[in-house]
Amino acid sequence: MATVSVRQYHRGGFSFENCKRNALLEADINKLGFSSPAARKTGTTICGVVYKDGVVLGADTRATEGMVVADKNCSKIHYISPNVYCCGAGTAADTEMTTQIISSNLELHSLSTGRLPRVATANRMLKQMLFRYQGYIGAALVLGGVDSTGPQLYSIYPHGSTDKLPYVTMGSGSLAAMAVFEDRYKPNMEEEEAKRLVRDAIAAGIFNDLGSGSNIDLCVITKGKVDYLRPHDVANKKGVREDKINGRPETGNYRYKHGTTGVLTKAVTPLNLEVVEESVQTMDTS
Amino acid sequence: SLQFGTPRSVFITSLIPVGTSIMAVEFEGGVVIGADSRTTTGAYIANRVTDKLTPIHERIFCCRSGSAADTQAIADAVTYQLGFHSIELDEAPLVQTAASLFREMCYRYREELMAGIIVAGWDPRRGGQVYTVPVGGMMTRQPVSVGGSGSSYIYGYVDSNYRAGMSKEECLKFTAEALTLAMERDGSSGGVVRLAVVSEQGVERQVILGNQLPKFSTV
Repeated sequence: MATVSVRQYHRGGFSFENCKRNALLEADINKLGFSSPAARKTGTTICGVVYKDGVVLGADTRATEGMVVADKNCSKIHYISPNVYCCGAGTAADTEMTTQIISSNLELHSLSTGRLPRVATANRMLKQMLFRYQGYIGAALVLGGVDSTGPQLYSIYPHGSTDKLPYVTMGSGSLAAMAVFEDRYKPNMEEEEAKRLVRDAIAAGIFNDLGSGSNIDLCVITKGKVDYLRPHDVANKKGVREDKINGRPETGNYRYKHGTTGVLTKAVTPLNLEVVEESVQTMDTS
Repeated sequence: SLQFGTPRSVFITSLIPVGTSIMAVEFEGGVVIGADSRTTTGAYIANRVTDKLTPIHERIFCCRSGSAADTQAIADAVTYQLGFHSIELDEAPLVQTAASLFREMCYRYREELMAGIIVAGWDPRRGGQVYTVPVGGMMTRQPVSVGGSGSSYIYGYVDSNYRAGMSKEECLKFTAEALTLAMERDGSSGGVVRLAVVSEQGVERQVILGNQLPKFSTV
């Protein structure tokens, strides 16, 4: 079907003019052989599971900038409300800001209703915002919490679609984590079993996906209580260098004994400075 | 051969959840609607137990196909508008009204949206009705309608096996078999078959699991 292009009166809604401009600039830059700076992405394995008394959320802690690890221990489980937390994968700035905006709005909403916020409310707010930005906000989220309706878990995609499920994984390591879930998930698990399952799923992502790494953070949410376990498991401990003398490493240590460098000559020249002017200005610190 | 940092784009061609087989059939006294349960992002199945039969009102449903984000957003908006309209009227809304609201949105934003929707339900004035609102935003009433990427494979089956005046049970069997065939051939459709019967009595939902699906020739 042919699309007839007629200059239309600009109705309401977000204007994507700048996105078009950016795409053109990107193409021009690439033609010259340069590449635009890579946005810091979280690489990531995030997941969540609903168990008997609530939900367990898990995340790795690596943030990448292209092929370089920008942050070895970043926090990917974000606070939304006292009973709702959200893991974020995708563009780090987007997940951080989006969850903060919704957290702020949800607190105001909660004060207005006089009730503890519901997970479904946070889900609605997030999906409506992400849909409004048509996928340009690169935030893939795992939202979990417990409210008066019970424990709930949602996966939210950058374009604004959501799925309400008993177990979800997102991020570059999601396939590795999902493999673990599909093998061992059972409904109505006990807390320790659920924590073990989430820990193993994130570990699968950390060890099999290049975009995920470092430690495993967990967040256990039940009715009336939240356990934010950061780190729950230091899966990748930095090794200690082998070459040591008397417990202190030989290389990388720049404290030398007196006399290591021989002094041949010493000449001291005092600089006679004349005080020309001296003034004091007091600062008003009241 | 595996290089350092194999780009994910090799596996995931589309990061937007899509793919489906949906169907709706009118019968005397109501409608039977059905859908598969697979949502894909490229070659990965993002959700294997999706519910694509979304309630818009007490006795009006929509079957969603196309972009998951677009159809969810449209369905939420229409649910709100129809609920408001129904309260204003102090009456159950017409299925045609719901279909019109879908059409308004799908046609106005046709360039930005990728949504194929089948609206089906029961109202006291005209009984069971099925309206299809495919990509592009046209709206038409049909006694039987199929949609989604898997529908291409079952037009022949549907055209040859549909008879006017089928009973509720016959419609359920017809829908289940058609969707099974679509799921068999379409990679983007699969999982379980979700069915619902909407009539004056209300809504009855059922799920047919993978191993319980009707069996055809094992070629």
